[in-house]
Amino acid sequence: MSTTTRRDDRRAAWWFLLPVLVGFAVFYGYPAVRGLWYSVTDYSLINTPAFVGTDNYARLAGDAEFWNSLMVTGWYVVLNIGSQTLLALGIAALMHRLTGSLVLRATLLLPWLVPNVTVGLLWVWLLDTNLGFVNHLITALGLSPVGFFTDAAWALPSIAAVNTWAYTGYTALLLYAGMLQIPSYLYESAAIDGAGEARMFRAITLPLLRPVLAMVLVISLIGSFQIFDTVAVATRGGPVSATRVIYYFIYQQAFNYFNMGYAAAAAICLALILGVLTAIQMRLLRASSSDLA
Amino acid sequence: MKRILAWTVLAVVVILTIFPFWWMVRTALTPAADLYTDNAGLLPQHPTLINFARILGLTSEAEARAAGGSGARVDFARYLVNSVVYCVLIAGFQTMFCAMAGYAFARLRFPGRDLVFGILIAALMVPPIFTLLPNFVLVKELGLMNTMAGMVAPTVLMTPFAVFFLRQFFLSLPREVEEAAILDGNGPWGIFWRVALPMSRGPLITIGLTTVVWAWKDYLWPLLVGRGEENRLVTVALGVFLQQSPNTQPDWTGLMAASTLSVLPVLVLLLLMGRRLVQSLNFTGNK
Repeated sequence: MSTTTRRDDRRAAWWFLLPVLVGFAVFYGYPAVRGLWYSVTDYSLINTPAFVGTDNYARLAGDAEFWNSLMVTGWYVVLNIGSQTLLALGIAALMHRLTGSLVLRATLLLPWLVPNVTVGLLWVWLLDTNLGFVNHLITALGLSPVGFFTDAAWALPSIAAVNTWAYTGYTALLLYAGMLQIPSYLYESAAIDGAGEARMFRAITLPLLRPVLAMVLVISLIGSFQIFDTVAVATRGGPVSATRVIYYFIYQQAFNYFNMGYAAAAAICLALILGVLTAIQMRLLRASSSDLA
Repeated sequence: MKRILAWTVLAVVVILTIFPFWWMVRTALTPAADLYTDNAGLLPQHPTLINFARILGLTSEAEARAAGGSGARVDFARYLVNSVVYCVLIAGFQTMFCAMAGYAFARLRFPGRDLVFGILIAALMVPPIFTLLPNFVLVKELGLMNTMAGMVAPTVLMTPFAVFFLRQFFLSLPREVEEAAILDGNGPWGIFWRVALPMSRGPLITIGLTTVVWAWKDYLWPLLVGRGEENRLVTVALGVFLQQSPNTQPDWTGLMAASTLSVLPVLVLLLLMGRRLVQSLNFTGNK
């Protein structure tokens, strides 16, 4: 009578899946196909899309603004992920050795809970050239005020710093959660052997944290590539093109210049870049193998 | 000695985290006329609530203008309500529907299960902007521009992440309990409602809370399809407010009052459910 275990829930299953499958088909599947189609057409939102082959991609390859937006995004990601990950690692390590206080963790989480638009506004005000608090401090030190968002050299690092402020706490908590999984006897026996904190961090924490660190890096890297809100609020891509990141480039092409086909092609390039980067990063960090497992 | 140094570093981190919020509230409580003279102390010299009153639409236009407003009508009371509705709709329905699907993928047997699940998960790799452009066209074609329905449409039914997350959880539920429910004569629905869902309160709240936070932060999509006054969200309204405000002399006291209102609900959420929120990171971040 063992055949009774071979159930088939076909009919029930489709009811369970119905809302999700409808949502997926209409707002993921259909637009994905449509996006691919737009990318090989000339489409301005008003006309019917006209097939142009690979023209959009050829144009992208020769578009200095497109390449500039990729460069700007790349720089932003390096500055943002670099500073954010190092700071978060430091904070997580301190918490790991000092305190797991819930109040502290909730405080660190606060900037992450706030809309990026609000974060952008807060810092545009704090970093304002004339009235901003930070420039008060700078002038109080006898230096001349800095146009954090209006000076082309400062704008991108400022955006990166703002988002580092917004996401460091969140990243630190993720890393801290990972550190909690490391067995404490490792630290105890290392301490008996006379290892200092720095040595323990390098020899125990870092290697055993690698899978979590890889995961966090991949997630924050992908998120960082998609920076939009802060730029939209603080600089709108300027001054000139100093902060026109790839998301903002696509947004402008689609909704300011109505080059839907061109924007779709750029979005596909971004998707490809993200896919390749994720694959490389996972491999570099040997994410699938954990020294603990 | 080293410990004191370490604690000092943490204290500095906390101050750097909190100070911008302090400055936001402090500016919101400052009369606009004082902005040039009173902008260095930790507390305003003449605290006032006028900036909150005028952005909530509680003052006449003349009063608002006199207090530093640009003259454009802003009604953050309405935008706050819109944002709350937006978050509740998305978090409620999405969590429910994704729990159903997650359960089906984890427990039910039907042909094509792994294939369908694989396709859903592949969508996790696609950056949102790729589907955003055609979805904008679709919402336009459906005549849903500037409606709440159009704004929630792409996320109210599902996100691949929520399905994935809840499936992982249902896979970890002990089968024995469900098998007992089968012996009691329950079908798949009965097991789901009476056994699986009650046992998953924790993960459901986790994914629901995470979705609320994301929906609260949403900007680009509601900016594209919900710019109209009637259904405008707080984030979109902040952006519009900034644009309406003269470039040479932004209405900082009004903007900071509005920013404070956009922070307040998540602060309340953090105070009420801080433990859950903090713990939810261990869940969603690492698996």
